[in-house]
Amino acid sequence: MSAQDWAYLSNYSIYSAMVLFTLAFFGHAYETAWAVRTPIASDERHGNLIAKTLDNSRTQKAMRIATAMMILGFAFLFFGVIARGISAGRVPWGNMYEFSITGALAFTGAYLFALRKYDLRWLGVLVSFSVLITLGTAITLLYRPSAPLVPALKSTWLVIHVSAAIISGGVFLLANVIAASYLYLDSMENKGPRKAWAQRLPSLEVLDQLSYRLVAFVFPLWTFAVIAGAIWAESAWGRYWGWDPKETWAFITWVAYAAYLHARVTVGWRGRRAAWLCLLAGSTFLFNYVYVNVWGTGKHTYSGL
Amino acid sequence: MTNEVQVPELGAIALARYLWRELTSMRTALVLLLLLALAAIPGSLIPQNSQNPMAVADYFNQHKELAIWFDRLSLFDVYSSPWFSAIYILLFLSLIGCVLPRSIEHFRAARALPPKTPKNLARLENFETWSSTGSELAVAKNWFKSNHFRLLEDETSISAEKGSLRETGNLLFHISLILILIGVLIGGLFGVRGSAIVNQGDRFVNNVTSYDTITFGRINNEKSLPPFTITVDKFVAKYNTLTGSPEDYTLFVTTVAEPGAQPKKQVVKVNSPLTFGSTRVYLQANGYSPIVTVQDKKGDVTFQGPVPFLPQDGNLRSIGAIKVPDGDPQLGFVSSFVPTYARSADQGAISVFPELLDPKLLFSVWQGDLGLDSGKPQSVYRIDTTKMKQIALSSLKPGEYLNFSEGTITFEGVVPWVNLQFASDPGKRFSLIGGIVAILGLLASLFTRRRRIWIRVEDGEVQVASLAKNGAPGLATEMAEFVSNLKGI
Repeated sequence: MSAQDWAYLSNYSIYSAMVLFTLAFFGHAYETAWAVRTPIASDERHGNLIAKTLDNSRTQKAMRIATAMMILGFAFLFFGVIARGISAGRVPWGNMYEFSITGALAFTGAYLFALRKYDLRWLGVLVSFSVLITLGTAITLLYRPSAPLVPALKSTWLVIHVSAAIISGGVFLLANVIAASYLYLDSMENKGPRKAWAQRLPSLEVLDQLSYRLVAFVFPLWTFAVIAGAIWAESAWGRYWGWDPKETWAFITWVAYAAYLHARVTVGWRGRRAAWLCLLAGSTFLFNYVYVNVWGTGKHTYSGL
Repeated sequence: MTNEVQVPELGAIALARYLWRELTSMRTALVLLLLLALAAIPGSLIPQNSQNPMAVADYFNQHKELAIWFDRLSLFDVYSSPWFSAIYILLFLSLIGCVLPRSIEHFRAARALPPKTPKNLARLENFETWSSTGSELAVAKNWFKSNHFRLLEDETSISAEKGSLRETGNLLFHISLILILIGVLIGGLFGVRGSAIVNQGDRFVNNVTSYDTITFGRINNEKSLPPFTITVDKFVAKYNTLTGSPEDYTLFVTTVAEPGAQPKKQVVKVNSPLTFGSTRVYLQANGYSPIVTVQDKKGDVTFQGPVPFLPQDGNLRSIGAIKVPDGDPQLGFVSSFVPTYARSADQGAISVFPELLDPKLLFSVWQGDLGLDSGKPQSVYRIDTTKMKQIALSSLKPGEYLNFSEGTITFEGVVPWVNLQFASDPGKRFSLIGGIVAILGLLASLFTRRRRIWIRVEDGEVQVASLAKNGAPGLATEMAEFVSNLKGI
């Protein structure tokens, strides 16, 4: 097969993955909404079951189908990323389109991996939606034809530095989604008992711990990504640190997460304050990805986007 | 009398102590960390002198009032500004003040024995009790030893502890940050950075006058430049024939490490620099230098040679200035060069491919005062035409010439130029070691669990219990393993 064929194949697999993620999204939306049992008139007459309750039994099937779609979507996306790499004859991390599809892959991968151990399917709606948004933006706004790398990117460090950064980004994002859920549920609980659909979501303590664990787990990897970047910068540009906008924001993200870890471990922050700090740190990462790549200047802006 | 003298002194010491305690508190460190992140932001949004002095100059032209204030607040030099330095110096003082006492304490504690077995084990985590068969203490001791616990024994009990690596890693991580900073400081004191544009066929001799820009660290000077030379033999750029985007740059050079040394043929690529001792030479950018000859009315040559032009886009449309100060009157050629010529309706001459397929030099001829004697620094790519008047306008292909009222200009040909970046940073080794140790320390501190396990055999009854110091999971599993080992299951 020619490079062109592989490029088409990659695009088709990514379109297919998007269809599957859309199905997964609807599956999860259905099971989230229909699991809530609204009291019927006969119940009310007998004076019980006034409140809405959660009944998962009716939506078990939808939930399983949605997860199956998610796994299939992951497989197609995985193939799409690989095919993109083959068509370009290199690792598929040369421009923002390729970062986005690989980032979506890492994000789905992190979710599915965590699913083996924790029942995170309550996150399914959010995960499938974020993946769809990422892939949609990638295909429509960021798409670039498959092409070889510009000379500056021809280095083994591309594989090391970029993979570490993408994986860290995926996990940071997941921690952010969980911290945001924490804040939302916390304000819901402050007003009264949880609404029926939210009852199957884990307790606040679990969410709080989970977002912390994710950050603590991936912080060394992010540190490594930054240091690997510095080593590469030394061999490509003659300095290991030059306060290029990308470097500056990577540093800001690093410092913000370091502050988060200290706040939790040493000062003992928990709950809302910690969740806000986590969101703040995560948003510096997103800002770095979006702003610096698209509007920024500096040495990290390659090949259009 | 003496009391009166001593009171303010004590006050000063107390104040200093108070400030030191405040500075080294975790809360202050946290505020400083967030402040450091905040202070780094403006440098990514406002152009910086250290990266792009041209953009700073443009900013001054466009927003004069604002730029003056930005300059006063060091916003064009954020990362060397007093306020940025103040934050990180305070942060590192705070870090040292925190880490040093903890290191000493940890060093002592690491050799100390675990505390005695508590009287009441039932109050602790994972408490279990069963009747003894007599050998539990010996079995437990073996198990602890093979799992590298530190032990304190008495007749009836063993107290075991493990996981001091957590604190070791934590301290190593923080100490390595100090090492990184030391590396940065050494680089700032002894480093040299410079860049030079060299035409294909020319030789670069490593002394101050050969550089276009050069900055020395605070302590060293031009005497620290090693005496190497680099001759640019050939520069080859490969471009994608469809998109025109670059695919590969290769620079062939002949180097002489020091006078009298054997010349060496070498190849430089974007990600593989040349090395001379602690100095490394990087291939940074490239462009074209049109070769021109200018003659005056009498036919005497007033200017000859390649002139580096500055690329403006991916297809290497370049602008440049040919300045002839030695004629009377002075001449200036405001020029642009396109390697593959085409015309577009709205932009005029453009280049449609970065290789030399149909090169063309386009220029206007000016006579008058070039302003070189005014003392104002000038761009080599631009001409200040305020005191000049235009006398001709033309375009030439290689080999062609133009006669104008003050003489002749001949476009002889084109050579590529490369921008070489020179860097010597004796501190980077320390920063690298610091970086590696930082990651190892971080891994150790985040993934080691510090815990204690106790066993007591008394009155025919075995009691075990444990305590996790950092609330990390897994202790229950470890205890289950320990107990089943004791019971011989």
